Amino acid sequence: MSAASAANTEQDTEALDQAGAAPSDKPKRSKGRVIINAVLLALCLFWLVPVIGLLISSFRPREEVLGTGWWTVIANPLAFTQQVTLENYVEVFEAGMGPAFINSFVIAVPSTVIPILGAAFAAYAFSWMRFPGREALFILVIMLLVVPLQVAFVPLLRMFVGMGIQGTFLSIWLAHSTFGMPLAVYLLRNYIGSLPREVVESAKVDGASHFQVFWRLILPLSVPALAAFVIFQFLWTWNDFLVATIFLRPRPLTVELVQLVSQYGAEWHLLMAGSFVTMVVPLIVFFTMQRFFVRGMTAGSVKG
Amino acid sequence: MQTLLFGLGAIVGGVGGIVILYWLLNKLVEQLPANWEERLKPYVFIGPPLTLLGVFLLWPAVRTIYLSFFDARAAQFVGLDNYVRMFTTERYLESLVNSLIWILIVPALSVVLGLFVAVLADRLKPTAEKVVKSVIFMPMAIALVAAGTTFMFIYAWAPPGTDQYGLLNAIWTGLGGEPQRWLSMDTAKLNTILLTLVLVWLQAGFAMVLLSAAIKNVPEDTLEAARIDGATEVQIFFRVVVPQIATTIMVLLTTITIFVLKTFDVVWVTTGGRFGTDFLPVTFFRELVVVRDQGMAATVIVVILVATIPIMIYNVKQYRKQEAMA
Repeated sequence: MSAASAANTEQDTEALDQAGAAPSDKPKRSKGRVIINAVLLALCLFWLVPVIGLLISSFRPREEVLGTGWWTVIANPLAFTQQVTLENYVEVFEAGMGPAFINSFVIAVPSTVIPILGAAFAAYAFSWMRFPGREALFILVIMLLVVPLQVAFVPLLRMFVGMGIQGTFLSIWLAHSTFGMPLAVYLLRNYIGSLPREVVESAKVDGASHFQVFWRLILPLSVPALAAFVIFQFLWTWNDFLVATIFLRPRPLTVELVQLVSQYGAEWHLLMAGSFVTMVVPLIVFFTMQRFFVRGMTAGSVKG
Repeated sequence: MQTLLFGLGAIVGGVGGIVILYWLLNKLVEQLPANWEERLKPYVFIGPPLTLLGVFLLWPAVRTIYLSFFDARAAQFVGLDNYVRMFTTERYLESLVNSLIWILIVPALSVVLGLFVAVLADRLKPTAEKVVKSVIFMPMAIALVAAGTTFMFIYAWAPPGTDQYGLLNAIWTGLGGEPQRWLSMDTAKLNTILLTLVLVWLQAGFAMVLLSAAIKNVPEDTLEAARIDGATEVQIFFRVVVPQIATTIMVLLTTITIFVLKTFDVVWVTTGGRFGTDFLPVTFFRELVVVRDQGMAATVIVVILVATIPIMIYNVKQYRKQEAMA
């Protein structure tokens, strides 16, 4: 990755530092420090190697990729700058990744936006309204949280055929909205339920209806949790291969990539370029929104 | 272009539709007498999402359990035949054994690595800590099929005597070995283990982020007290820190186990389940899409579903405990 994006990483990862965390006292044992630094550096390199290899290979011509290991360019960067090519990217785009790129957006954006409002309404009801069945229904949501989504596939396929929407974007929006719903309700309820009781109650005393409290108070206050879910669901639906390959006729990037793999086998220059095309949007989302992502994750799973 | 407009329409129509739906439902119950309005309004709020869950997840799930007692075309009732086949045929048994390997390796290794990084990075300067954590966390954003393809390149094979462009074989031949087709070697389940590492690469960052937050929540005075008592850093870690982050560790182990049980992408794109790498989510996909045996596909997923029941119960118990404390 370039220096620019590395700098970006640095400033955007402030999120990883938990707010209010006291800096732990750092013992000044220099020998221990060196070891820790070395171990972490090694681990980071280990973690980055797959992506670095992918990125370098995606810009090398076929003969080079199959001729020498990608790491040889590090010893000889000058030769690399002379062989760098965008040809692989042009080729995968022409092989179908261009339209697939658009399809991925058309899957991911509505699948992210559609479930969120309903989930927020439900989360509000579960947090701030009393009604018979509240407990049981929320426990149902918790149970559905771990149900493998494949369990719905066989009947769902028949249902979509019956509804005449099999293979269309509408069917995949419905599927993704449903599969993302338990997590959305759960995350948002954790957040909305932790808002101060006085805020909600004082608004009720002022004569606001639940509907008004929700629109004017809860929704604006819940932006951080909503953002966390948006990132989750966007990454999940963008990166999904399973649901798309079963329910959708047009191909998104992930399905197109698998197609490339089965079509080209060991044409690594194309497969690496294709992989990177698949990754680029999630990586941008990840590095720019990491702060919300981390906050949402910790809010959802670690309580108290 | 047409697709794009279509998508745009979906966003506007979908979101607008939901706003209108809620507004209308709300108006409707507001027309009712006050006590009925109070009684019905919660169900208006939870109605649309729960309807979606009921129609497209819960009902199909029940249907799937029912279909697991039927033949390939879901026409003929066959009783327990599919289950008998599942637990007596060699390739399904292999799939079960491999699934066990996956759920033994991935959650545990991800948590151990995540914990390791969380603890060590905590001792770095803030900037360095952020960079390290970002690097380890980054694979979370990558599609499983892309990660699978990437690792396939690392495990790639070239004929002996030629340059090995696959990293693993380059190291291996550098050490004096013969180039190996790693992903076809199922001796000691080597290929399956190599594939589980892809998922560890993706999940360790997730574990690290949650564990790091949990560790920073451990009250400083408990650590201080242990230090005054003369405990070493290692003792403090295992006797003071670990017990206080035990819940987070459990959450991670269960969440990652669930994730593993539904994740077939990596194996599908690399080996397609050949060379003894089949495991339950892959078996399900093949039965559904390639073999087209709906009864068997349903059976495989019911087996996975049953495996998740203990976790379901644990989660519900945890929730009850939290509610009781709140």
